[in-house]
Amino acid sequence: MRRSRLLYVPFWLSYVFLYTPIVVLVAMSFNAGESPYVYEGFSLDWYGVLAQDERIREGLVNTLIVAAGSTALATVLGTLLAVGLARHTRSRTLDAFSVLPAVLPDLVLGIGLLVFYATIRSTLGLHSVLLAHTVFGMAFVTAVVRTRLTHADTSLEEASRDLGATPLTTFTRVTLPQLAPGILAGALLAFTLSIDEFVIAFFTAAPTTPTLPIVIYSMVRFGVTPEINALATLLLLVSFTVVIVAQRMTRLTESLS
Amino acid sequence: MLKITGVSRRFGDVTALSDVSLEIRQGEFFALLGPSGCGKTTLLRILAGFESPDEGTVTLDGEDLLARPAHRRPVNLMFQSYALFPHMSVAKNVAYGLERERLDRSEVRRRVGEVLEKVGLDAMASRRPQQLSGGQRQRVALARAIVKRPRLLLLDEPLSALDKKVRAEMQLELKRLQDEVGITFVVVTHDQEEAMSLADRIAVFDTGRVEQVDAPVELYERPRTPFVAGFVGANNLFAGRACSVGLAADGLGILPGRSTLPDGTPALLAVRPERLRLGADGVLRGEVVDVSFYGGVSHVSVLVAGRPAPVLAAVQGATRVQAGSPVALGWADEDGVLIPQ
Repeated sequence: MRRSRLLYVPFWLSYVFLYTPIVVLVAMSFNAGESPYVYEGFSLDWYGVLAQDERIREGLVNTLIVAAGSTALATVLGTLLAVGLARHTRSRTLDAFSVLPAVLPDLVLGIGLLVFYATIRSTLGLHSVLLAHTVFGMAFVTAVVRTRLTHADTSLEEASRDLGATPLTTFTRVTLPQLAPGILAGALLAFTLSIDEFVIAFFTAAPTTPTLPIVIYSMVRFGVTPEINALATLLLLVSFTVVIVAQRMTRLTESLS
Repeated sequence: MLKITGVSRRFGDVTALSDVSLEIRQGEFFALLGPSGCGKTTLLRILAGFESPDEGTVTLDGEDLLARPAHRRPVNLMFQSYALFPHMSVAKNVAYGLERERLDRSEVRRRVGEVLEKVGLDAMASRRPQQLSGGQRQRVALARAIVKRPRLLLLDEPLSALDKKVRAEMQLELKRLQDEVGITFVVVTHDQEEAMSLADRIAVFDTGRVEQVDAPVELYERPRTPFVAGFVGANNLFAGRACSVGLAADGLGILPGRSTLPDGTPALLAVRPERLRLGADGVLRGEVVDVSFYGGVSHVSVLVAGRPAPVLAAVQGATRVQAGSPVALGWADEDGVLIPQ
């Protein structure tokens, strides 16, 4: 059957709809003028301005600390939770609750965490954002690893036990390598989500240690210059790279196993 | 050597094993045969340590086997799916069990080399399992299980994943290996030909019970329960009551057989198709309804008045009888086996 060319029109329109704002944003980052709305010729000036902006550099460092720390914690805890859920309980309720923080509105999680920190009289700072990001990052890691575990062959673990391996050796030598692609995908997901997370960070960060999204937000409030576009373009580049690397690596490890 | 006494296991309402007792001897090739879902795999998993029975005891060399966790039992299992570690090479897979015993590296390397040579895979040592054929994977799984020199090797449907030709080859190989290493083998299978050709003794299972334990020839020639008579090989079964010269069959009259049962006991008479004689006279008369030629043998179906299902006779080579012709069936007294019902 020959497919009508007309059907491709909505298909391409969807992509135009998705990517036009991004293309405009990137194009405007190379603007020579002061306005992010009127293109006045090509220049890399705004990237220079960006590089010298002290607030941005500080925000970036904060964000990277939070993203790296929360990703590390979320990956370890999320993997252990997923294994526990898959191998040591049959409760569907516990299963559902493990992914709840991932689907909960950020606002609810943000307010909840702020109230929690106030109740235990914790100070706010990078540590509070880091723990907050661990909460939802862990939910994502758990979900991804859990899916992989349901497809994993339990007879491999039994074979390991049968050959004389203790439960711990079985976990490190057989279970973990089987889960590696899932763990990696979960970690990259947690990292990218943490880097541009705004709502929860806004509630749980101290005014003295803003993360990058908060810095951008406060800059935008005093008017937008193409410096913001330049920053957004760089962030976009990082996100794209991470996603592509993640895809490649999962495919690579999958073809190995 | 291995003694299983009164073992039962239930999963909810389903009884997987009910009061199973078996004794397996040192160096024996023992088969657990039965249709799928008969509990044989559950018994294997109990021996390996992945399940525990609700009741009963299992001792190996007089020692309580159930008290030990799976990783401390001198028992190895070859999985139906082989369960080779996909992220390790063939050599690493085989070495895995030895490394857990904290043996010397040189000792591990020597024993891995030896066993790979024994199964003819020394050239494949550095390959990954997914680069091997089904038959080669099966041999890696076997090598990985025997390299630990277990007291007992359990094999779960070891040949079911292989195609017919490779299966015949591996049957011979399994038997040769078992002779060579002298390990006691317990194999689970639903394939009666496999059980017959491999095992020294066979335990036939049905719905969680052991129906009969015997050597293959006895099992085939002297089935002791109706299930065994129907499950192992093709059989013609006639229902009736035992009498001194055989069976008083319902609606068919007296059929010859060797009976040790008291007269009047409800019983089945079993006659193998290859023991039936087609001729001009015999104890049963009927009409040929179908002739199928298989090369070495021909199967002749004979419809006998008073019996809804046709009687099956197997004849050497081609046969001259044709569908539609009347024929008589007979057999020697000793070929009629009486089974209490």
